[in-house]
Amino acid sequence: MVKIENITFAYNQASRKILKDVSFDIQKNQCIAILGNNGAGKSTLLKCIDRICPAQEGMVFVNSSNVFKMTKNEMAQNIAYVPQSSTSINMTVFDSILLGRKPYIKWDITSEDRKTVSDLIQKMNLGDFALRNVSELSGGEVQKVMLARALAQEPKLLLLDEPTSNLDPRNQHEVLRIVKKIAQEHNICVAIIIHDLNLAIRYCDRFLFLKDSQLFSYGGLETMTPENIEQVYRIHVHIVEHMGIPVIVPFPEEKVI
Amino acid sequence: MKYDQTIELQAYNNFVKRKKFIFVITVFITIIVALFAVSAGSLDIPIPEVVKTIIGKGQIQSEMIIMGIRLPRVVTAIIVGASLAASGAVMQCVLQNPLASASTLGVSQGAAFGAALGIIVFGGGVVNSDSAATAITINNPYIVTLCAFVCGSLSTLVVIVLSQFKKDLGPAGLILAGVALSSLFTGGSTLLQYFADETKISAVVFWTFGNLGSTGWAEILILTIVFFVALIYFLLNRWNYNAMESGADTARSLGVNTRTVMLISMGIASLTSAVAVSFVGIISFVGLVAPHIMRRFVGNDYRYLIPCSTVTGALLLILADTFGRLIIAPVILPIGAITSFLGAPLFLYILFRGFNHNG
Repeated sequence: MVKIENITFAYNQASRKILKDVSFDIQKNQCIAILGNNGAGKSTLLKCIDRICPAQEGMVFVNSSNVFKMTKNEMAQNIAYVPQSSTSINMTVFDSILLGRKPYIKWDITSEDRKTVSDLIQKMNLGDFALRNVSELSGGEVQKVMLARALAQEPKLLLLDEPTSNLDPRNQHEVLRIVKKIAQEHNICVAIIIHDLNLAIRYCDRFLFLKDSQLFSYGGLETMTPENIEQVYRIHVHIVEHMGIPVIVPFPEEKVI
Repeated sequence: MKYDQTIELQAYNNFVKRKKFIFVITVFITIIVALFAVSAGSLDIPIPEVVKTIIGKGQIQSEMIIMGIRLPRVVTAIIVGASLAASGAVMQCVLQNPLASASTLGVSQGAAFGAALGIIVFGGGVVNSDSAATAITINNPYIVTLCAFVCGSLSTLVVIVLSQFKKDLGPAGLILAGVALSSLFTGGSTLLQYFADETKISAVVFWTFGNLGSTGWAEILILTIVFFVALIYFLLNRWNYNAMESGADTARSLGVNTRTVMLISMGIASLTSAVAVSFVGIISFVGLVAPHIMRRFVGNDYRYLIPCSTVTGALLLILADTFGRLIIAPVILPIGAITSFLGAPLFLYILFRGFNHNG
């Protein structure tokens, strides 16, 4: 459903390439984890897919349509992006989610737009905060607002840059559970940058490893091997099973290569 | 408790209605204050007579005073205040800086340099010692206005050209470029004054005081056209400004071409301010304070912030001018000094309460 072909990016002609020839696809309802060390090019990859950073080469197809040939508004109707850290948003929860309707707004919002926002507030369990300022909410609630705003765009591809950073374990699981549910219910493809490999295993269907600006491996749970993790993160790990769920256990620090 | 969608939608509708109500109230207060400003002066004219005169049914004497002197002054205050405030609100958004205004990008300083150039080099100023209130007048206002406008716009043009050469120059870079140009223009003005004689220096200083009484209906027409063109552009982009409040990446993801919107908005806001300032002189703080006052009432939602700030800017300038005209009448205190004098404490108050607050 979503096809990413040969994405190559450098900040300018002379500088080193941040991404080299990255290609992969995401099927409908699938949630993929984008994994790799800091500086591997994960955030840049998401920004290139959403044309926030214009890639020098490559194409992105959503339902066979080349999104790079679409207008900005059409693109926003196909791809939604939630950045790593949102600036302090001085806007109510309702207005903030309403922004997600921007690609559809001609002159002013319609009752349909209001209804969409209201539905999302209900879905995200944000009813108590609808008219509160986003800056007054906790990290977990803000992340839910950002997700709701992205969903208001009715995208076919949802890009999330570290949605669980700065969240406590309970909120990490809640946010990822919601994301997984969204992918199923809304029939959308989701790409998540995540650092916690155990969370990735728990909530994602496929795993894309980036190493040295290139795609290192991409596939299902079979790619989540100690060897792959060692090569990408340069850390020894064990994979054990607990109640049928694979759990990645890093070696003690002195054994780190 | 079960979530009730109808109640929530109703609550949001009420929230929006409150913002619309604030706009209507501000417009109403502005109209009342404007009528008072027209009626008050050395010869008090009752407000009903003012209304009659405006609709063409007044006495000849009232008509001469109102249509010839007071109404152009008040209308100038409305348009200039509205122009500066709308531009200020938009600049604060696109530059992501609560201190952004015409002064930040060097527009005011550029205009002041232009006026000094017009008066000192092109001979636009003379002394006329008829009375204390009009001790110094500018005998060729058009050359002064033109120079002020050209130099005021020049600073914006330079900042925009610089940003084209260095594409990664963000809002902070643009502001720093504006600060550098402000310094350049201030230095230029000082040098011009250093080599000028006393009368010309007086004329330059007089111009920088600001004067709402020097515009006729022709100038008001130019100011009005420029203001409305800018306002329409700003309102068409209100959703883009809302998106930009959530950060550049989010805005781009929502389909906003942030760089284009930033440069065009900044260009239009600066030119509108430059036109206003070139006709009436330096008027500080209105462009800065009016949007911040309204943020307290309607939040950062530019659908309401732009119209409300616009009206508040007009209201503030009428109030400041009326205060300046009446406080030690018949002497008219300079509008630039009044806005700075009243604006600074107001701004400090806002600063201590915190810049951003949602309504």
